[in-house]
Amino acid sequence: MAAASLALAAFGGVVRADPHPWQLNMTRGVTTWSHVPYDLNNISLGVCVVIGVLVFGAMFIAMFRFRKSRGAVAEKWAHNTVLEVVWTTIPVLILITLAYLGTGGLTSWADTTGSQMTVKITGYQWKWRYDYISYMGKPIDKVGFMSRLDKQSDDTRQLHSGMDPYAVKVGDESTYLLNVDKPLVLPIHTKIRFVITGGDVIHSWWVPQFGWKLDAIPGIINATWANIEKPGTYRGQCAELCGQDHGFMPIVVVAKSKADFAKWLSEQAAAAKKAPPPPAPFDASAQVATQGG
Amino acid sequence: MSYAATHDQHDDHHGAPKSFFQRWFMSTNHKDIGTLYLIFALTMFFIGGSFAMTIRAELFKPGLQLVQPYFFNQLTTMHGLIMIFGAIMPAFVGLGNWMIPMMVGAPDMALPRMNNLSFWILPFAFILMLSTLFLPGGGPAGGWTMYPPLSLQSNSLAYVVFAIHLMGISSIMGAINIIATILNMRAPGMDLLKMPVFVWSWLITAFLLIAVMPVLAGAVTMLLTDKYFDTSFFNPGGGGDPVLYQHVFWFFGHPEVYIMILPAFGIISEIVPTFARKPIFGYKAMVFALACIAFLSFTVWAHHMFAVGLPLGADLFFMYATMLIAVPTGVKVFNWVATMWGGSMTFETPMLFAIAFIILFTIGGFSGLMLALVPADFQYQDTYFVVAHFHYVLVTGALFAIIGAAYFWLPKWSGHMYSEFWGKVHFWNSVVWVNVLFFPQHFLGLAGMPRRIPDYNVAFANFNMISSIGGFLFGASQLIFLGVVIHCVFFSKKQAADRAWEGAKGLEWTVPSPAPHHTFSVPPVIHDEELAHGDVHA
Repeated sequence: MAAASLALAAFGGVVRADPHPWQLNMTRGVTTWSHVPYDLNNISLGVCVVIGVLVFGAMFIAMFRFRKSRGAVAEKWAHNTVLEVVWTTIPVLILITLAYLGTGGLTSWADTTGSQMTVKITGYQWKWRYDYISYMGKPIDKVGFMSRLDKQSDDTRQLHSGMDPYAVKVGDESTYLLNVDKPLVLPIHTKIRFVITGGDVIHSWWVPQFGWKLDAIPGIINATWANIEKPGTYRGQCAELCGQDHGFMPIVVVAKSKADFAKWLSEQAAAAKKAPPPPAPFDASAQVATQGG
Repeated sequence: MSYAATHDQHDDHHGAPKSFFQRWFMSTNHKDIGTLYLIFALTMFFIGGSFAMTIRAELFKPGLQLVQPYFFNQLTTMHGLIMIFGAIMPAFVGLGNWMIPMMVGAPDMALPRMNNLSFWILPFAFILMLSTLFLPGGGPAGGWTMYPPLSLQSNSLAYVVFAIHLMGISSIMGAINIIATILNMRAPGMDLLKMPVFVWSWLITAFLLIAVMPVLAGAVTMLLTDKYFDTSFFNPGGGGDPVLYQHVFWFFGHPEVYIMILPAFGIISEIVPTFARKPIFGYKAMVFALACIAFLSFTVWAHHMFAVGLPLGADLFFMYATMLIAVPTGVKVFNWVATMWGGSMTFETPMLFAIAFIILFTIGGFSGLMLALVPADFQYQDTYFVVAHFHYVLVTGALFAIIGAAYFWLPKWSGHMYSEFWGKVHFWNSVVWVNVLFFPQHFLGLAGMPRRIPDYNVAFANFNMISSIGGFLFGASQLIFLGVVIHCVFFSKKQAADRAWEGAKGLEWTVPSPAPHHTFSVPPVIHDEELAHGDVHA
């Protein structure tokens, strides 16, 4: 029973928040699309395991049966046309099936039409900036902020800090290096378009529960979408080497119900009117030019 | 010139030069240069390995205990550069240098003086690169792929770019030499389709090298001018594009991956038939599969870039092309298994490494197939799943093949048998610990641990500790290899027969062990039955 629940926890990814200790498989994720990589992962792993069992099985049988120590005498043949045609054709058929599945999933991922909300994400060394562009067809004015590693993780992660990474917790969830000072707040059941770019070097925005990562590249604006199905807190990290603190720029998404999100957004908009935050201009050229000079 | 010519003439009739300096620094002898390459590769393997040990020590548990994050990035970058350009590639060139002339019945490489030059460039290139670790600002820290704009922030860029130019020149000269040797110096009767698969694999690899090393040189030169001469190839502020670098780099980088595995395929295709005492299954299919893989390697580069936001059509093309490579690679694996089937097998150390290669390289191939599926790759990209994948194909793939080749040909090189007992101790330690080291990294990647990070959430602690323990023991096991090689060369009393292995076929086994300083000064008369593939009609 205990083993079964452990196995469920390890494979299911629904019992506890991901990542969790001894996690063995990819998370299924929490968006309408995130099952695509999860299913492809499981199917292709299954195919590989079956092929592996057949090929390695044949090899081990050969190693057992055709040993010189068992008196095996080497045969002379070195060719078999039928066999060669079979083991060229079958992989092709398997690959066509996998490619078909992959194509469908990819096409839906690339389709950002019909989105109800747009958030702009900018990667900086070593923090993220989130700007809310529009929601339900209406532009949003000046709601945007920087999001960086929380203080407790930052203090703990210093070399020879003497502090215990296991002590960094929110509730009973270990959040060492996976928590920020100000999370990205998003509504559920909304097709959200993300436009992603980089302010200095290349970063990559990745929340595993969304099922994808997308590079944040200076001079390029990438776009994709997510539609979150469950309220909750989802944690991710920068996934493209971006300098010394690459490991210390996590991503936290808090998904709220539409009502809660609308309330949060109006509060943010009101606060922005009172004290507008300084704009963060897109300054990739300036940064790179300085480096180049 | 005339002096040099008479000097060579003089050499031809005697053994190796007496003076240490003359023999090793001025050598034009393919065997001595091959030895130099192999010693160099082993040295770099231990230097790159020491970086890996430090990385695994820092990752042993959560929190930073040993190194600063910036130095950690220097370690991962240097580990990659040293292992790829310093260990794996020179080891294959060393094996090619030693074996290709003996396998095709040639007296030496076609261009012996260039052979000397292409080796002696390497120590300078690597001293230049390694020296950056001791300079103000430290070594390169932007990853071995050197993506701009990050790599442009490094103060050591000029050193690294110059070092890469030198390595590239060395590789291109080595490749020209190998092609010239194979195409022009074969003994009469050694038709192309009678050559050992190892020679074929190197012929194809050499063409890949000539095709892509200049591309790498071009890419890093553009980095250099972007940083120091105000060009804007990769600077969006000047109309450039950081992604352009990635396209150019991976147009080099993917064929480079096959440069590091095709000679390994060749080695396995020599070892398996020898110890199965049965000719290789489907010789022509094996050669054709090598050529197919080499050709396809030019059409798949952007599968390293699925997360950069390519157009949908490009993602689809590169997914299909990448999956296609599984077909010829599968053929090779099936053919090795079919070679064993119906054989009369014994399991000396080279065979053990070859069998481990087939199984573990295939596991790396499986994760490669999974990585080709773009939506799944959106999750795998830049995680430890990728780290596990390429270490399975490069460590248990390329490196295991190199180690297997060393055990296979050591008797021919040294004239002595190595200690079979200690060879097996080395094998079993390597094969167990390498899996403890790399297999859990699949789980880490699937759970969401990015690569190239010096510290991680406590959820990743268990598998990281297991991986580090495997790493330390795998690293320590390689000291056994060093011991076996030193013992074999200098202390072993057991003389090797000319045909060191019962099932060995091919010209290299017809010359004495150790191979004399000069072999095949007179072209051998080819008897098809002495060759591994002398009677190929299929």
